[in-house]
Amino acid sequence: MNLKTEKSSRRKFLNTVALLTGGLLVSSVTKPFNGLLAASNKPEGNGPWYGIGIDIEKCIGCGRCANACKEENDVPRVPFYFRSWVEQYTIKNDGEIIVESPNGGIDGFTQSVPDEDIFKSFFVPKMCNHCSKPPCVQVCPVGATFETKEGVVLVDSNYCIGCGYCVQACPYGCRYIHPEKKTADKCSLCYHRISKGIAPACMEICPNDARIFGNLRDKEGELVKFLKEHTCHVLKPEMNTGSKLFYNALNQEVK
Amino acid sequence: MDPRYEALYEALKNVHGYIYPNEISLTWSILIVEYPYITGLVAGAFILASLNRVFKIKALEPTYIISLLTAFAFLLVATMPLISHLGKPLRFWEIMITPHSTSAMAIFGFVYLWYLMIVLLLEIWFDYRYDFVIWSREKKGVMKYVYKILTLGAMGTSEKDLKWDKKIGYFITVVGIPSAFLLHGYVGFIFGSVKANPWWSSVMMPVIFLFSAMVSGIALVLFVYMGINFIRKKVQNMPTLDSIGKYLFYILIIDFTLESLDQIHRIYEANESFEIISMLVSGKLFFTLGIMQVTVGTLIPLLILGLFQFFKPADKIRKIAYFIISIFVLTGVFFMRWNVVIGGQLFSKSLHGFTTYNLGFGGQEGFLMALFWMIIPFGILAFLLWLLPPWKKTVH
Repeated sequence: MNLKTEKSSRRKFLNTVALLTGGLLVSSVTKPFNGLLAASNKPEGNGPWYGIGIDIEKCIGCGRCANACKEENDVPRVPFYFRSWVEQYTIKNDGEIIVESPNGGIDGFTQSVPDEDIFKSFFVPKMCNHCSKPPCVQVCPVGATFETKEGVVLVDSNYCIGCGYCVQACPYGCRYIHPEKKTADKCSLCYHRISKGIAPACMEICPNDARIFGNLRDKEGELVKFLKEHTCHVLKPEMNTGSKLFYNALNQEVK
Repeated sequence: MDPRYEALYEALKNVHGYIYPNEISLTWSILIVEYPYITGLVAGAFILASLNRVFKIKALEPTYIISLLTAFAFLLVATMPLISHLGKPLRFWEIMITPHSTSAMAIFGFVYLWYLMIVLLLEIWFDYRYDFVIWSREKKGVMKYVYKILTLGAMGTSEKDLKWDKKIGYFITVVGIPSAFLLHGYVGFIFGSVKANPWWSSVMMPVIFLFSAMVSGIALVLFVYMGINFIRKKVQNMPTLDSIGKYLFYILIIDFTLESLDQIHRIYEANESFEIISMLVSGKLFFTLGIMQVTVGTLIPLLILGLFQFFKPADKIRKIAYFIISIFVLTGVFFMRWNVVIGGQLFSKSLHGFTTYNLGFGGQEGFLMALFWMIIPFGILAFLLWLLPPWKKTVH
């Protein structure tokens, strides 16, 4: 090897090293800033992408969904922790809005407003919106709450530190710190059931088919058909959470 | 009835309007009020020390080391309320080991360590290195070896060594100022970035937190400085007190202006959360916000300090006034944190109602635990003042 080629190969080597080091440095500096873009990520893959449809016109407020959820998922049987619950909205003639959900609707509802004062009244079943841009996942300091490839937002209770930041970040009030486990808890869309091809407990129990669960990528599926045939809205669209819980006949008064 | 749920059943009776069922208990308690409070005291005390060092303000010199040691004592405790509030406190290290890059909270560990290890510890060490060497020569018994270890083997006492200590110390201070801003601005971001909560979600939050931190830190140094002089039976240095009072006045004006701006903005914009927030402010937060934060913590100190800028009563009166002001301001800023943390959880995200907060006496998140984490830093400060007495430092 003559002196010239030796010099040029050394230069080449130094260039490569410099490039690699520089590249590594730049990527390590910019990597953390990817975190800032969390709320604009797009879903990946071609597998099932689950969403939920709720037809408010069909909900009769029986509360069986809320009860089935507690039974299925070991949710404490107290009137304040719910993965799924039903709200009764009553809009009075004078515009006043009354919202009630005694024991999450499990024991049924009574109407406290006299009939003649009611402008309209309806039931709104609530549960985790399984957002595609979930603020709860964004804020979790250890990554214990995450989104599965099927678009289901879950909590790993063996990893959760119980800081409660996700509870604060959820605009829909769907999370709580489990009083026994001391970790965050929420609707899992009955992941243990859907992964075996069985519908979530709340969907299965609904006597009036007010709840639809399905794959948003399946253009022939029941959920997509429901979305096509109805004018659907999500809760708090201004939050830009990419909610995948779609309501038919959702009144603007519902928060 | 399960005793675990007794308080929640009681709270259920006191719900006004409608709240989501999971909102009955406040997820963040008084311990999370303390966390930004203590962190703010650290940042504020450090900034006061830096003002003195970088801008060479003669009158503040007696408070320089005290500010640093106070910041250090409180910083050591800053994470403790946070950790003891966790559902799984023993898993806290997961934040450091597997931080989630999109989480504002996950970065806290690193911001904290940077500040504790790099900025404060190093600055204090370079400030004391020369004294460690001298004390390791003068002292007898165990203390001789303690100071020897603290020198970390850097035993040089030449002019050149001293120059280096000063140079590096100055450099750290310069790095430390933005670090202190980062530390507390960041704490504000933890709340300000929660879009689900209209009481928190504000771009002003980090700035407000930062200035209120400076206010509280300066008030704490004023309190500690006067306390130390009182305990050591030393005469209070009036130019120093006046000077701290002057800075407290200026920063308090900025802080009050920023907080007012935030509120005026909310009132004028009057978006969909306006009704519930105005009910919150005039109802459940009336005492803690209207009386404690604004009147006691801001307006009264502003009036008195403002008056002192034009008219100076006798030393004795000013001394008492400064001491009372320091307590008022410290109380006011505590309630500011309270109003943010607790206030932000009292109304439902459904914007249809309110829950209540009952501070328990004992227990993991009770009054006693909160008091414990407030007293501990003063104990640490007392120990630091004993180990590293600023009044025995060689002037250099």
